Amino acid sequence: MNNTPLQVSRGSRASVTAMFIGLIILAILIAAPWWAGRADMRLMGELFLYLSLASLWNLMAGYAGLVSVGQQAYVGFGGYVLFALTIFAGVHPAVALLGAGVLAALVAIPVATLVFRLRGAYFAIGTWVVAEVFRLSFAQVSSLGGGSGTSLPTSVIKSMASGRQAREWMSYWMALALAVVVITSVFFFLRSRKGLALSAIRDNELAAASLGINIWRTKFLVYVVTAALTAMVGALIFLQKLRISPDAAFSVNDWTAFVIFIVVIGGIGSLEGPIIGTLVFFALRETLADLGTVYLIALGSVAIVVMLKAPQGLWGIIRARWDLQLFPLGYRVHPPSVKK
Amino acid sequence: MPEPLLSTSQLCAWYGDFQALFDLDLMINEGEIVAIIGANGAGKTTLMHSIAGLSINKPHQVIYRGRQIGALRADQVAFEGIALVPEGRQLFASLTVEENLVIGAQTGRKGDWQLPTVYQLFPILQERRTTPATELSGGQQQMVAIGRALMANPDLILLDEISLGLAPVIIKTIYAALPGIVEGGMSAMIVEQDISKALAVSSRFYCLQEGRVALEGQSQTVQRDAISRAYFGVQK
Amino acid sequence: MIWINALLQGILLGGLYALFAAGLSLIFGVMRLVNIAHGDLIVLAAYLGLSTTIVLGLHPLLAMIIVIPLMALLGYILQRGILNQTLGDDLLPPLLVTFGLSVIIQNALLEGYSADPQKMNVGALETASLSLGSLSLGVLPLLTFAIAVAVIGSLHWMFYHTALGRAFRAVSDNQDIAQLMGLNKRHVFGIAMALSLAITGIAGILLGVRTNFDPSIGGARLIFGFEAVIIGGLGNLWGTLAGGVILGVAQTIGAQINPGWQLLAGHLAFLIVLAVRPRGLFPRMTG
Repeated sequence: MNNTPLQVSRGSRASVTAMFIGLIILAILIAAPWWAGRADMRLMGELFLYLSLASLWNLMAGYAGLVSVGQQAYVGFGGYVLFALTIFAGVHPAVALLGAGVLAALVAIPVATLVFRLRGAYFAIGTWVVAEVFRLSFAQVSSLGGGSGTSLPTSVIKSMASGRQAREWMSYWMALALAVVVITSVFFFLRSRKGLALSAIRDNELAAASLGINIWRTKFLVYVVTAALTAMVGALIFLQKLRISPDAAFSVNDWTAFVIFIVVIGGIGSLEGPIIGTLVFFALRETLADLGTVYLIALGSVAIVVMLKAPQGLWGIIRARWDLQLFPLGYRVHPPSVKK
Repeated sequence: MPEPLLSTSQLCAWYGDFQALFDLDLMINEGEIVAIIGANGAGKTTLMHSIAGLSINKPHQVIYRGRQIGALRADQVAFEGIALVPEGRQLFASLTVEENLVIGAQTGRKGDWQLPTVYQLFPILQERRTTPATELSGGQQQMVAIGRALMANPDLILLDEISLGLAPVIIKTIYAALPGIVEGGMSAMIVEQDISKALAVSSRFYCLQEGRVALEGQSQTVQRDAISRAYFGVQK
Repeated sequence: MIWINALLQGILLGGLYALFAAGLSLIFGVMRLVNIAHGDLIVLAAYLGLSTTIVLGLHPLLAMIIVIPLMALLGYILQRGILNQTLGDDLLPPLLVTFGLSVIIQNALLEGYSADPQKMNVGALETASLSLGSLSLGVLPLLTFAIAVAVIGSLHWMFYHTALGRAFRAVSDNQDIAQLMGLNKRHVFGIAMALSLAITGIAGILLGVRTNFDPSIGGARLIFGFEAVIIGGLGNLWGTLAGGVILGVAQTIGAQINPGWQLLAGHLAFLIVLAVRPRGLFPRMTG
């Protein structure tokens, strides 16, 4: 017998290259205020926010098997908390952003204990009910404008940074920073012991349970952490919009349908999928958005076709064709190389 | 030589990622009882599933009355006149005893087997006809499973481990009913762990070992040590 | 007195919610499919009813003769053409495909009928009412409730006393073994979806004669139906009716306290049941 050990590694040449390219792209993006126009920066800021939402939804649905159609609950909640903290408590928007995350996590704990009683698809609709409860409840708060909503007072806007340009730069950087935080934390979470447990759940719930992995607690943790980060994204979305209303804040189309389409088209259950999906989504939107409802019908149809014909999405097709993995999550086994 | 009722040719089948059957050739004639014996994992149940259409093969791998049925779905195979009594009985839990029997006649094939004749064969079932099927004892459930297959008035009945987990006295009752079942010209393929039982009721047998036919022959004249060798794969 | 009135109105409203729920409950029972587009299909049926009344000049309730078979046909085609491909061990495909359908139907309706609210006029029936002492009950809500009871009663009878119901239960128990009996599960699922959407046809028309509707309201109808199913307990059709009634009563009582609380009160009733009796009030099978 030849005893040359098999080599096991996580990284691949592609993933190392990808990391370098990623860092270069990040540097270019940070420098955007010096090379991009205002409209472009606005668009990119929005792209980063959708990328964050998509990565978070993918963590839940693609890894933890928690298919939610109610994440708009936390987008809206984060937006409203930011408005409430800045308007009533005079908190700086950046602090209010963190506050939105903390409060959302606190709210998500009792919500999770309730909706986790529903399984599978019923869990999905249950999360939607929760989002409706949030929407109807915030519509009852008259100091935040009730059903018609409210605008962020100029004093709060001015407290962010002096000058319009500085404010725009700041919200751009905040969106970029949040996207980086979300993606890296999802990445490191999935590499951790708990994250490996998640992959185990995804692959086989029964087997994972028999290995002593506490499924319920891991899913619970994912739900709560995702809620907190989603709320922070929501807070940033409405900090940029400067206006909030229950229907906009808790819109199932804007904050869940689009996000689901992004992840499905890009590739569910991979870190690269949401990135590709977001790029495709924005490319389509910028070229076809004039078509209005037809655009949405097309998007829905594409998502259905992808789900039926290529359930791993665009990234799945790319990966199968070139055996690529940009984020080194899985382990690879290399056959021993023949030494001369 | 008359054409067999059913034959397999070069039948390969997979159980998950495992290949369970390798180029299996066997056949059964009209009115014949054939026993399939072999150790656990020899591929007996996979063979039954392949014939019944629960696993799909290439069309030519299963020939029935001269027709290629290897690629038909289970419901299409049922209409052709092949019925399977699955291992572990697998009754419909939300149907009563009688409903389980009636649904067996779903294909609408005409013949002698109808509710009264099944009740005559297993009188206990008539007494318990309104009971949810899975509340019966194991033996009675096996009677329902056999009755359900008979209700289809099949030309070929596949019996998969019908004595598994049953008390000896019940097994005796069920096997006692077997001659009555086939005397009308029905053919039967029996998978059975109990070799002497299988040989006693069959005219021919196939012994499978790791997905291949290790031995075949006449049930009445075969030497027991030949079977042991084929069964356990002992090399001399 | 106003409380008794609110209670009665709530019970009658519950009939409509039970109709929203019955189709959802049926297909979940037969094939464990949760159809996220269910609410949008109800709204689609309402629009089909509207077009029928306009084009053929039919009374809205008579339009059911056209709408019900149309919806049933759509259901069969949808199931055989798309949804059967999504069924399996993986939860995601059916969920995401029906979610995509929901968005498609909603936007197709927007494209075809615009976002303007519509309503079907039923003439004198609209205002007709029966007096019970000082209470007055609308004939239309009473009729809706009676139809709901009739639909659920027939579904129950179909499920337990017909060959079709037997096939539904058999396929629900064990798809493979049901195939061995000669049942083609794809066809059986197609029939189940056809039946589900036929009921959706009835529910859509009754919705459209009762209130204004527009393409965006499907999601809420799905939620009401879903809440009725969960409150009543999975797999129990009469429980679903009870669930619809509880939801309806919670909403009308909530609205009586404060008009803004109608929907909130219904959702809270659902969440309370979920907290106290997670399997619903009258469960029959495990989800």
